Amino acid sequence: MKQSPFEHRYQAEWVRFDEHLGLLEKRRPLASPEDIKRFAANYRRLCQHLALAQARGYSPGLVDRLRQLTLRGHQQLYRHRGNPGQRLIRFLLTDFPQLVREEWRAVAAASLLFYGSLLVMGVLIYYVPDLVYSLLDPAQVADMESMYAPDAKRIGALPERASSQDWQMFGYYIRHNIGIAFQTFAGGLLYGLGSLFFLLFNGMTIGAVAGYLTQLGSGVTFWPFVIGHGAFELTAITLAGAAGLKLGAALVAPGRQRRSEALRLAARRCVGLVIGVTILLVLAAFTEAYWSSSAALSVWIKYSVGALLWLAVGAYFICLGRDSHASDR
Amino acid sequence: MSAPFPLDTLYRVETPESIDLALRPASLLPRALAYAIDLAIRGVILGAAYGVLSFFGALGVGLIALLTFLVSWWYMVLFEVLAQGRSPGKRYMKLRVLHDDGTPVGWSASLLRNLLRVIDLLPFGYTLGILSSLLHPAFKRLGDLAAGTLVVHDETPQPAAAPLDVIPLTPPFLLNLADQQAILAFSERRETLTSARREELASLLTEPLGTDSRDASTRLDRIARGLMGSTS
Repeated sequence: MKQSPFEHRYQAEWVRFDEHLGLLEKRRPLASPEDIKRFAANYRRLCQHLALAQARGYSPGLVDRLRQLTLRGHQQLYRHRGNPGQRLIRFLLTDFPQLVREEWRAVAAASLLFYGSLLVMGVLIYYVPDLVYSLLDPAQVADMESMYAPDAKRIGALPERASSQDWQMFGYYIRHNIGIAFQTFAGGLLYGLGSLFFLLFNGMTIGAVAGYLTQLGSGVTFWPFVIGHGAFELTAITLAGAAGLKLGAALVAPGRQRRSEALRLAARRCVGLVIGVTILLVLAAFTEAYWSSSAALSVWIKYSVGALLWLAVGAYFICLGRDSHASDR
Repeated sequence: MSAPFPLDTLYRVETPESIDLALRPASLLPRALAYAIDLAIRGVILGAAYGVLSFFGALGVGLIALLTFLVSWWYMVLFEVLAQGRSPGKRYMKLRVLHDDGTPVGWSASLLRNLLRVIDLLPFGYTLGILSSLLHPAFKRLGDLAAGTLVVHDETPQPAAAPLDVIPLTPPFLLNLADQQAILAFSERRETLTSARREELASLLTEPLGTDSRDASTRLDRIARGLMGSTS
C-alpha cells in the first residue's frame, strides 16, 4: 500500500485518538466508557501503524506525526498512579520503618558519625570549656548563654520571646532544619563527602552547645528544652545522613554495575528516607515551637514526655511493618 | 532506523510494543533560560509575599519562613509532577521533564532531581551542573543522572501538507528506503525551503534524473507524488 491510501484509510482514527489524548492531558475523563476500554487497543494499533510507516519508508513528516502521537499515548498509558492518601498511610505504617531496617548499615554508619562526634565534642567541652570558641564565635556563645539562662520565662529563643512568636519559630525551624537535612542528603552526591561533613559538623556543634551549657549550669533549662523534639530531629538528621552516605557508597563502590546505574538504584531507595526525614522534621518543628519552648510545665513532665517520645521513635522503627502482609508491596 | 542520523542527539526509547520513540533532549541554553524564568517568578512571588506578610508581625514572619521553604524546595517538584513535567519556565521554553523511559516524571524522581540541585549549584553558579550536562550525551545534570530523568523539547509536529497536484512519475532508477524517504521529505518540506535552495538540492540529482537543474526539483516532486500513490 502506498502512503496516500494508507493515510486516507486511517486518518479518522488518528484524529480521534488525538482528541482523546487532548482530553486526558487536561485531566478530563473520556466521553464514553467504550473509549476508555478501547484506549489501550487503539494505542497498540497506532504503534502498528507507526511500525508500518517506518518499514515502508513513508515520508518523514507522516512518521514524525505518528511518532508524536505514539509518544503522547505512551505517556498517558504508562504512568504510575495510585491513591496518594493510601500510599502515604502505607508508607508511614510499613514501608518507611522497613526501609530504615533494610538500610541498617548506612543508618548505623551515620549514627556512629553523628552521635560519636556529638559525644566526643560534648565531653571535651564539658571539661575544657574554652574549646567552644574553636567552633562557635563569641557572639553566638553569648546569644546561647542568654537563651538558656536558668531564669528565662520562655526558653530556646531570645529572652523576650512571647507565645505569639511560636508561629514565627515554627516557620523558622521548618525552613532551617529541613534545609539542613536536604543538604546533608544531597551532599552524598559528592562521593559521600558532603554528608560526612554535615554529619560531623552538626554533631560537633550540637555536642559543643550541650557540653558548654551543662558545665555553665544552664543544663536545667537546656536539657528539658531539647529532649522532646530531639527525638525527631536528631533521628531525622541521622537518616538524612544515612541516605547521603548510601548515595556516596554507590559512587565509590558501584560493584558490578556502571556508576550511573548504581547511583540511580541507590537514589531510588533514598527517596523514601528523604520523605520520611521531612515528615519527622515537621513533627520536630511542631514539638519545638509549641511544646519545648513552654516554661510553665515542670521539668519532670518534660523529661518523661521526652523519654516517651524517644521510646516511641525507637519502637516505631523497630516494630512497625513486621507482619506478614507488610512484605507484599 | 538507528543509523541514518549519526550526528543527531536523538534519544531513543524502546516501548513494550517494540516501537522506538525518539526524544530530543534539551541542551544547556534553553534549560538555563527556563531556569532563569522560574527564578524570576519565584522572586516575584516571594517579593509580593514579603510585602504583604510583613504587616502581620510574628505570624507574618513565620509564614514568610514557611513560604520561603515551600518556594525554594517545592516549587519545581509541584509544577513538574502536577503540570505534566513543566514548570512555568519550562512551559515557556517548550521543555518537559520525563523519566528515562519516556514516561511522565513522578513524585520521587522529581523530588530527587530537585533536591540534588544544590550539588549542581556547587561550587558557584551551577558549575558542576553545567559541566555534567555539557559532557553527557543526553545533557543530564547530576540530579538528572541520579533521578533517572531527562529534559526534552516538547515537539509539535508539522501539520500534513496537502498532496501536490502534479502528474506522478515513476523513478528512472531503483530507490532504497532511505532514498525514498529523502525524496518524500524534499517534497514535503517545499513550504519551508526557498526555491533557490530547492534547486540547489535538486541539482545534485541532475545526472541520474537525466535533466537540467531547473527541471530537477519538479521531477522530484512528481516522483514523490508517485511514491505517495493516490487515495482512490
